[in-house]
Amino acid sequence: MCLAIPGKIVEISSDVTHSALVDVMGVRRRVDLGLLQEDRPKPGDWVLIHVGFAMSKISEEEALDQMHTLQMLGESEAVIEEVRGYGLEDVEEKRII
Amino acid sequence: MSVTKTMENFAAKIRFREPQIEMAHGAGGKASRRLVEGLFAPLLFGSNSGPLGDAAHIQINDTRIAMTTDSFVVKPLSFPGGSIGELAINGTVNDLAVSGARAEAIVVTFVLEAGLPTDILEAEVRAMGKAAQQADVVIAGGDTKVVEHGKADHMYVTTTGIGRLIPGVDIAASSVRPGDRVLLSGPIGDHGITILLARGELDLEAELRSDTRSVFPLVQAVVSAAGAGVRWMRDPTRGGVATSLNELARDCGYGIVLFEEKIPLRDTVRGACELLGLDPLHIANEGQFLAIVSAELADVALRAVREAPGGSEAEIIGEVREQPAGAVLVTTLYGGMRLVDMLVGDPLPRIC
Amino acid sequence: MKFVDEFRDPELIMKTAEEVRRLTDPQRQYRLMEVCGGHTHAIYRFGLKDVLPENIDLIHGPGCPVCVLPMGRIDDGLSIAAQPKVIFAAFGDMMRVPGAHGSPLEHKARGADVRIVYSPTDAIKLAKANPDKHVMFFAIGFETTAPSTALTLQRARAEGLQNFSVFCNHVTIIPAIRAILDSPDMRLDGFIGPGHCSTVIGCRPYEWIACDEGKPIVVCGFEPLDLLQSIVMLLRQLKKGEAKVENQYKRVVPWEGNRAALKAMNEVFQLRPYFEWRGLGFISQSALRIRDSYAQWDAERRFNIPGIRITDPKAAQCGEVLKGVLKPAQCKLFARECTPESPVGALMVSSEGSCAAFYNYEHRKPVTISDVNLAGVV
Repeated sequence: MCLAIPGKIVEISSDVTHSALVDVMGVRRRVDLGLLQEDRPKPGDWVLIHVGFAMSKISEEEALDQMHTLQMLGESEAVIEEVRGYGLEDVEEKRII
Repeated sequence: MSVTKTMENFAAKIRFREPQIEMAHGAGGKASRRLVEGLFAPLLFGSNSGPLGDAAHIQINDTRIAMTTDSFVVKPLSFPGGSIGELAINGTVNDLAVSGARAEAIVVTFVLEAGLPTDILEAEVRAMGKAAQQADVVIAGGDTKVVEHGKADHMYVTTTGIGRLIPGVDIAASSVRPGDRVLLSGPIGDHGITILLARGELDLEAELRSDTRSVFPLVQAVVSAAGAGVRWMRDPTRGGVATSLNELARDCGYGIVLFEEKIPLRDTVRGACELLGLDPLHIANEGQFLAIVSAELADVALRAVREAPGGSEAEIIGEVREQPAGAVLVTTLYGGMRLVDMLVGDPLPRIC
Repeated sequence: MKFVDEFRDPELIMKTAEEVRRLTDPQRQYRLMEVCGGHTHAIYRFGLKDVLPENIDLIHGPGCPVCVLPMGRIDDGLSIAAQPKVIFAAFGDMMRVPGAHGSPLEHKARGADVRIVYSPTDAIKLAKANPDKHVMFFAIGFETTAPSTALTLQRARAEGLQNFSVFCNHVTIIPAIRAILDSPDMRLDGFIGPGHCSTVIGCRPYEWIACDEGKPIVVCGFEPLDLLQSIVMLLRQLKKGEAKVENQYKRVVPWEGNRAALKAMNEVFQLRPYFEWRGLGFISQSALRIRDSYAQWDAERRFNIPGIRITDPKAAQCGEVLKGVLKPAQCKLFARECTPESPVGALMVSSEGSCAAFYNYEHRKPVTISDVNLAGVV
């Protein structure tokens, strides 16, 4: 139920509108876009593939945001400790996650 | 494995309890081992025979030769990078190579299905001839049987090979020591994934070929460089690297620790494995070998393999340690670990 | 591999693990359940327990659709496969699951036409390629997979495909979580929430867990950094005494879910009044059946199925392990009568079942990394 892998849309089928060719590290498969009718992907987009269907578009922005948050771990703590020393309130609220 | 007199064994009791033979018994993993150790070994091999290796070493007067046999059943017969013909030759050459022997001669048995088009047979026989030439081995003879349509998947091929032991090589699981290094000749999973894709059931395409080839030149490079430092070798075919190393761990009683980031893997094989939920360590290889080399000589051995044609992607992928005794552990750079066991049956894609 | 490798970065993993350690109170035991079998698999595959502090206990939940499928349903499906000119198509996960007379693969070895498919649409392709045979697709999975089956049935109907049907065993995740929380022995602090299921149902369906049960739940991705970050988020909530639904898997999970997927599911399926879950018993409104409008493609109506019920041996304590009350090794049958090769109960049958995962990845592992570094290394 859970194995889903990111793949890049290489080309959208011209004859079968709900089908696309997706690439995962050089492995290619036709994937059904029927679940993404309300938010159609285009070539170059990344989608999450499960049992031959695209389940969701992958947001590069959210991914970068998450990486940034993780990289700030520990560092944000250091900042908070320092700021706490200044006697400011509700520092916890300003945490990134 | 040394062969002793077998006369007295045919009356021995067998330890194999299963009522009938199942597909798993031919898959090369735990079930196969149960069959061989529980039924064949007690009845056919001497009661003192040690761990079973890829080839038997036989003493005939002053000469020691190696001998091995293998059957090839593959669907589809032909795939990117090779066909049953190449597998049949290279497989036997490689079994001899990893037991420390240069293949000298092979005999071939065909079991052919009635109705098999001649041009398919011809293509396979040509492939075998070519592979034998490339591996520098003589095809000395053979036998053919034809069975009714439906009783064989087009054709089954068996090859039996004999070879001469390379002087100075004495490999056995019992020679393996903690601290020894695990050397792998190149990227894993190419063959098994190629076959899986070639069957067409999963509708996946990739630029991937079987890695079928003779590994003898690379084995020779390792042996020339490291001599007595080479403790053990195996070609990780069905069941993959995981199965071969688990067999070693069981036979030598030590643990094998692998470094995940060191294991060579092509992107396409990785992509296919991620997509299908497979572990590359369980996938069959037909052109690679594993060697356990003493720590002092491991770097020299690695350099030698890398300088030999086709060996540039070789890596030291792990070490022998006291723990986990009898098992294989994969470790990551961040300290996470997992045990990896022998394969049971064929690797199956999963969706969960 | 994009969107994968970044989330497996060793340095970041160690850093996040450090944050987990910083957030745990050494005097306290934390019991967190990961609902989804895919998360169980990921935890073991990436060896995450080795980087977590000892006082975090990860309990494996019931989100394994193969594990919770009663054996009788497999036999029902295989009874159809036994009929002449029927092709039994299923995901690889099902192939070694034992029925009363063997698994699908064993049936194949005895002559049944059993095929592995990667997608339900591949089953349709099989039907088109074999017009003289009937292809029956044995469908399993939670809400992650159900929409794909729904869409496949819509396509089959649109094309008027005659020789195709689905044997539907789709189940829903919320009733399973409810069954866990209703269990009197349960002592859980929070949930690592299903990731891919949530791409379909969104995050709202979990709100009652936070509001009514007072347990934090974080919808979580499947890479090591996703799991560790979710644990950080759970620990932060617990530290503040909070209980809310959070979405850690934002790059993929929309809060509102996937409307097209839910629409397709609604069009094709309806809830069964009740369904038996292996290890958990009968749960109402927890599984999907095919609507009357698709009766022609419903294998349960096309064929006469025996409706076999097989109960697990009493000694198998799957239910307790599923609810997190027992650990796999505490079941009397674990590693003795019940192994992955010869599974007795539900959780040994699938490689992501708690018992199978523990057996395959952990069972004989050295306790600490230092055990592995013992004498002998030059």
